[in-house]
Amino acid sequence: MQSNQQYIDLFRQSATLIDRHSAPAMNALRAAAFDDFVRQGFPTTKEERYKYTDVASLFAPDYGLNLGRIDIPVNPYDAFRCDVPNLSTSLFFVVNDVFYSRLTPRAPLPEGVVVGSLREASVRFPSLMDRCYGRLASTGEDSVTALNTLFAQDGLLVYVPKGVQVERPVQVVNILRADVDLMVNRRVLIVVEEGAAVKLLFCDHAADDRHFLTTQVIEAFVGERASLDLYCLEETHAKNTRLSNLYIRQEASSHVCHNAITLMGGTTRNRTDLVFCGENASCDMGGCVIADHTQHVDNNVLIDHRVGRCSSNVLYKYVLDHEATGAFAGRVLVRPDAQQTISVERNQNICATRQARMYTQPMLEIYADDVKCSHGSTVGQIDEAALFYMQQRGISRQEAQLLLKFAFVGEVIDTMKLEPLQDRLHHLVEKRFRGELGRCEGCRLCK
Amino acid sequence: MEEKNSYIRQVADKKYEYGFTTDVHTDIIEKGLSEEVVRLISQKKGEPEWLLDFRLKAYRHWTTLEAPTWGHLQMPEVDYQAISYYADPTVRKNDDTKKELDPELVKTFDKLGIPLEERMALSGLAVDAVMDSVSVKTTFREKLHEKGIIFCSISEAVREHPDLVRRYLGSVVPYKDNFYAALNSAVFSDGSFVYIPKGVRCPMELSTYFRINARGTGQFERTLIVCDDDAYVSYLEGCTAPMRDENQLHAAIVEIVVCENAEVKYSTVQNWYPGDAEGRGGVLNLVTKRGLLRGRNSRLSWTQVETGSAITWKYPSCVLQGDGSQAEFYSVAVTNHHQQADTGTKMIHLGANTRSTIISKGISAGKSQNSYRGLVRIAPAAEGARNYSSCDSLLLGSHCGAHTFPYMDVKNDSAVVEHEATTSKISEDQLFYCNQRGISTEDAVGLIVNGYAKDVLNKLPMEFAVEAQKLLGVSLEGSVG
Repeated sequence: MQSNQQYIDLFRQSATLIDRHSAPAMNALRAAAFDDFVRQGFPTTKEERYKYTDVASLFAPDYGLNLGRIDIPVNPYDAFRCDVPNLSTSLFFVVNDVFYSRLTPRAPLPEGVVVGSLREASVRFPSLMDRCYGRLASTGEDSVTALNTLFAQDGLLVYVPKGVQVERPVQVVNILRADVDLMVNRRVLIVVEEGAAVKLLFCDHAADDRHFLTTQVIEAFVGERASLDLYCLEETHAKNTRLSNLYIRQEASSHVCHNAITLMGGTTRNRTDLVFCGENASCDMGGCVIADHTQHVDNNVLIDHRVGRCSSNVLYKYVLDHEATGAFAGRVLVRPDAQQTISVERNQNICATRQARMYTQPMLEIYADDVKCSHGSTVGQIDEAALFYMQQRGISRQEAQLLLKFAFVGEVIDTMKLEPLQDRLHHLVEKRFRGELGRCEGCRLCK
Repeated sequence: MEEKNSYIRQVADKKYEYGFTTDVHTDIIEKGLSEEVVRLISQKKGEPEWLLDFRLKAYRHWTTLEAPTWGHLQMPEVDYQAISYYADPTVRKNDDTKKELDPELVKTFDKLGIPLEERMALSGLAVDAVMDSVSVKTTFREKLHEKGIIFCSISEAVREHPDLVRRYLGSVVPYKDNFYAALNSAVFSDGSFVYIPKGVRCPMELSTYFRINARGTGQFERTLIVCDDDAYVSYLEGCTAPMRDENQLHAAIVEIVVCENAEVKYSTVQNWYPGDAEGRGGVLNLVTKRGLLRGRNSRLSWTQVETGSAITWKYPSCVLQGDGSQAEFYSVAVTNHHQQADTGTKMIHLGANTRSTIISKGISAGKSQNSYRGLVRIAPAAEGARNYSSCDSLLLGSHCGAHTFPYMDVKNDSAVVEHEATTSKISEDQLFYCNQRGISTEDAVGLIVNGYAKDVLNKLPMEFAVEAQKLLGVSLEGSVG
């Protein structure tokens, strides 16, 4: 109760300040979001979708908020240098929740494609904002979304007009940068119009050794015959808490490929809601989590088959070390008229130590009869026989374990359609398993 | 064609076979629930002080609870004050002392095919028959007594073996467990008590037959099975109820204690009245069943065939406490018309090297909703625990639903937990193949469903397997086309 009160008070005190530094389209939703937030409060672990993550305690500490939009000096290349270089992408930066428009050479984008600040966009494209902003992310049933809608002042817009194919992947690096403990409310709107295609890579980094709390709401509209590849890579540090709610709406014959990779972080909670609104659409959803020490990673997926003839394929893999906690809940909902749905859901996990905890909950809720749906879930260890086999051939036990873990998550990485990213991830995952990630030369964190 | 249609119509209209009522004089207490009612029940049964205390504690706890709403069920509002909590059909008019069985009662159980008289000795089944709140008769008691086996109604056990009952009652399902368990602990009437002494293999299958007869009553039976070291017992449970257009409440508790190297098999064929085709009436089956595998290498298997009840809320569970203990859960749940089932199991692994297997088959037809809900929890101390779960759902018709809600909490690195589930309809190819060979669609569906449920049906004792197979057929009739 305590922790939601501080946000209610904060909003009451600074509503005008928030509005002044934001855009009318974003301000328009605040009143309703406030009512929803007051009504709901933070979810308790008794609520099914928040069973494994105690949200109220995450929000309890006192974080600063940059409501007055004070400029924070940063050189985005700091955080960037060490991790995903040589990827031929159109590169953009978001610092905390502000689109970084200085210094970076603008990568050439096809005509009509917009990658920019959400705040500016709402002035330039009021009708688009009116049509899309806040339309998918309902504040009435998730108080984290309500809180984000309440405080979000800026963020990112990605707009791909009808029929435009963006060949070069678009990479957005989110950098957390502050000298005090900071709460960031980032808002992302992705609109891929009819017949368009785009590949997006979001990388989350923290440039400072501070406590960060990020709430992020992404709304993605994928039009008819459109294609969206969305890769989210989180590579922050143990003091970081991230709550990301992703809402995707797919029209007929569209395709979505979504991957959430959590390599480093403190507490991560990802909620993904995907709705099929047109027939013959398909989605591939993947995720891999590598967690150690006291990391906590909770992925909560809902796939809503509202219409027939759509297919979904979900694969999440977890490797948990030390005292890490992993949770996966995947619910596939097939509505009464969604005939000929095909849905496959898999969740496989390795608990490497006795203290590691894994909670998994693959659910099927089916109201149509002409469907093929299956799910599978396993929790286990590295195969002793395989380890022995490798040791026999002169590979040390440690190395053998590494190889097996590497191959285990490799299956998820191999589903990605960005080859340079695959290579890069294989490299990062290997570094991660060796405990070398974050021990690089380039970034502020390690200097 | 004409002939075929009329045949299908004929079977489709087939009613619930056990829907008759028995006209016996029944002693029913006033409707409503209060401390006085709890005291009255206890007094009518002539119970000792400690049991009354147990009931009162449970009742007081119950008043602080609210009915659970997490099930995937649309539960009608239950007015707990509109139910009579005690109905005794064995009492004759103007005579408070219990005498010989009313011949009507014997006829009832004969109609149900339950051998009450020893002339049915050939069937080799010891039966405890419970109607409404009272155990009517228990057969073969003397024969079992020779081996030291105690098989009687729980009220008798309270009188004759108070120490045993006191020691084990509520030890597996405490009265604080959940809403319905608290309710049952406060007002439980009759049920069976089984005690198998050390090293004894029970020579025959033990069986309880439950029947709700009186109007406006609920059944709150309580079964307690204790299987001592190295002993073995196979226990069967069957149930039916008359057709009534009101919902009748059935909130039972089954507790099983399995000691070292002992083995218990518990099989249920549940065929309470499911309500009519429009969803009127039917039994609300809200049951807490749990087994405690206390000793090393103990074994417990639950097998259930769920075809009846308007609403089923039932999760037979196992607490695998003893090292090396093994638990199994086999279930076939069939729902048709407007039936709703939310059923599954809980496997709580506490001891090292414990093993559990879950095989669940759901079949939904008509406008029914069928959910599997299961929990597998591996505690930190459960080294080398192993679980395999498989739940399949079959959908017949486009207005029904099949859902799977498995929960897995793993807190040990040496555990291996696997879960898999599939949902689909009967394959057109299989149907076509059968049709080609002159098997009608209706028969083909029956054939395929039986094959689909075979993994579970095979686990049932012979006597039940035949009944269960027939039941499957009856429950699904009229669901094709």
